[in-house]
Amino acid sequence: MNLAKGRSMLDVRGLNKVYDGSGRRVEAVRDLTFTVPAGELVCLVGPSGCGKTTLLKCMGGLLAPTGGEVLLEDRKVTGPPPGMAFVFQEYGRSLFPWMRVGENVELPLKQKRLGRERRKELVADALGSVGLADAAGAYPWQLSGGMQQRVAIARALAYEPRVLLMDEPFAAVDAQTRADLEDLVRGLWRERGITILFVTHDIDEAVYLGQRVIVLSASPTVVQEQLKVDLPDDRDQLHTRVAPRFAELRTHVYEQIQAAKRGVPRGEDPV
Amino acid sequence: MRGVLLRVGYVLALPAVLVALWWLASDGSTNVYWPPLRTILRTFPDVWTGQRLHDDLLRSVLRLLAGYATAAVAGVALGTVIGSYRRVRAVCEPVLEFLRAVPPPVLVPVIMLFAGIGDTMKIVVIASGGVWPILLNTVEGVRAVDPVMAETARSYGITGAARLRTLVLRSASPQIFAGLRQALSIGIILMVISEMFAASNGLGFAIVQFQRGFAIPDMWTGILLLGLLGFALSVVFQVVERRVLGWYHGLRATTRRS
Amino acid sequence: MKGLNTLLGTAGLAVFLALGEAVPRLGLVKADYFPPTSRIARALGTELADGAFWSALGDTLTGWAVGLAVAVGAGVAAGVVVSVVPHLRQATASTVEFLRPIPSVALIPLAILLYGTELRSVLLLVVYAAFWQVLIQVMYGVQDVDPVAEETARSYGLGAWARVRHVLWPTALPYVMTGVRLAAAVALILTITAELVIGAPGLGQQIAIAQASQAVPDMYALIVVTGLLGLVINVGARSVERRALAWHQSVRGEVAV
Repeated sequence: MNLAKGRSMLDVRGLNKVYDGSGRRVEAVRDLTFTVPAGELVCLVGPSGCGKTTLLKCMGGLLAPTGGEVLLEDRKVTGPPPGMAFVFQEYGRSLFPWMRVGENVELPLKQKRLGRERRKELVADALGSVGLADAAGAYPWQLSGGMQQRVAIARALAYEPRVLLMDEPFAAVDAQTRADLEDLVRGLWRERGITILFVTHDIDEAVYLGQRVIVLSASPTVVQEQLKVDLPDDRDQLHTRVAPRFAELRTHVYEQIQAAKRGVPRGEDPV
Repeated sequence: MRGVLLRVGYVLALPAVLVALWWLASDGSTNVYWPPLRTILRTFPDVWTGQRLHDDLLRSVLRLLAGYATAAVAGVALGTVIGSYRRVRAVCEPVLEFLRAVPPPVLVPVIMLFAGIGDTMKIVVIASGGVWPILLNTVEGVRAVDPVMAETARSYGITGAARLRTLVLRSASPQIFAGLRQALSIGIILMVISEMFAASNGLGFAIVQFQRGFAIPDMWTGILLLGLLGFALSVVFQVVERRVLGWYHGLRATTRRS
Repeated sequence: MKGLNTLLGTAGLAVFLALGEAVPRLGLVKADYFPPTSRIARALGTELADGAFWSALGDTLTGWAVGLAVAVGAGVAAGVVVSVVPHLRQATASTVEFLRPIPSVALIPLAILLYGTELRSVLLLVVYAAFWQVLIQVMYGVQDVDPVAEETARSYGLGAWARVRHVLWPTALPYVMTGVRLAAAVALILTITAELVIGAPGLGQQIAIAQASQAVPDMYALIVVTGLLGLVINVGARSVERRALAWHQSVRGEVAV
């Protein structure tokens, strides 16, 4: 993991998104500016309905912003860029039920026109890293929810992205599975040095996972606060979550979100 | 072992009883319209010789397949286009609803005007009767593609032909098959009546000839053969459907259980 | 949105009718085979003023309605009995699977011999074809009955009839409605077929007569009428079905077949 180089991977500049549907204008995102350096794991938290998904979809090139721009390695994002992979919250509807697990992971690689051997290698490697080496022949609906989300993560990994966008990926799985998946994401991040942008509404999850937490305001969204998580890189569910510093950070984020809900601009109290 | 025997018993018992009843009830029947089953079965190999099977049965089946395949290709292709564009769908919907509602057999006299009474007429009749259920079901299926799956495909750069092949058509396949099944029954009906209307060979033609010539046992063998054909085609269809939609039945069984 | 769709649909219909007018007028197809819309409309006007047309329409509707009613009655009764009596379902499965795909048009020669051009000829075909649609749906419906509800009813000592009435019937009703909708469409197809091929009185027979006497515009006009009839039946059956489904929040993502 190399943070020192500090080159920016993702640049969000003055992003604005207005939905204009049948005479009703809804401003989902007002004005967002932030930067993610290469290799960082950033968590975005905010009150529910604050346009997190809209933001992520604009970054992933799935939605065209109304104003501002998103740059991936200094190139403007206009459609889904090949260097980015998306993990959706609705794992059950993101995997194709008519394809086996292996085929699901392989499909984007075929689209990339990789050779057969290389595809096999990438699929096996990705499924291995999420602990599902044996599941390649199963259909997604034969697996549990947590395993399905692992498949979705494997599909993203096999795509060899430089940036991984995760949209509340663990919101629909049970608590135990969720803890396992969080550790999986941190492990993969440290192992592979991918830049990860992780959207969640869960404050604990944001603090536990992130190197940095970006707190978003209520809709129309602006950046409420950016917070460096100065916890050690070696984290585990048992000790990290009971560390005094963890409690301080989560309390701080919690207050910021409460302030965001009330519409108070940026908190001044330093941590 | 007992389970297997029981299952075989369930499958065979009632048909055996029914055939036996038919056999006994019709045995010694003097009613010309209801000849003894014994007579019908004895007549069967005499009527349906190799030559006849080739001239009538095979030709009927080939026409059916040609018309059915045309309907399937046209229905899925048009349905995919119409289903993919909201505006196109809105424009076409009332016209399609009307065309679907026209009872397909009335197409026979219309298409005879254009295509005469040859094989082309029959194939066009079968195709134009079967295309509507396939088309409308495809429209429904294509329209209902899950938005999350669509976004997944887009985010991984799966577009164009690959998107059609791996996402749209696969996701619409349960509906497409529902349409194909309806089209198959309609196709068989149209095959038979187009041959009854105007033909010099084919299963429908042969049965009507027997009836007009008062060859009642022969007519009965024709009815039996037509029944067997309908059954055989439905078995083939089911085998194909189970293969192609195996994932769908599995998925449904899983969601039902939970 | 809805207004726009209606507008687009009307436009589509207008284009369809205009094409029907233009194509034969421009000589793209022979007007003898495919008369322009206006001539079909005129022929339709003449038909509507003719008493024979109305009696034919009446005959068709009678054949359709009586056939459908018999098929629904028989299908529901048979479906419930087969599902409720133990072992009967397994015992009849193979027979149903064999008889169902037999095309009802195979019975045409038999109908001609037995009943000639009488209404009974029509009914034989209609009932045979529509019966299976209802039966199969009723059987699906009964299969869908929640075992817990069934157990509960049993534990409260409800008798067989009460169980059918309070547990089985409400669960199966939406399926029955789907069966009725499918059967209604099939019944119309077979009614018209019987009239067209056998010559039983009705719209189908009128179409055959128009064709034989080269009255092509009249033939098209009558076909339009059968289409409109089919449309009314489809839309009506669908709205009845929707009403039956509305109060029944069943989890059926299944495609109707």
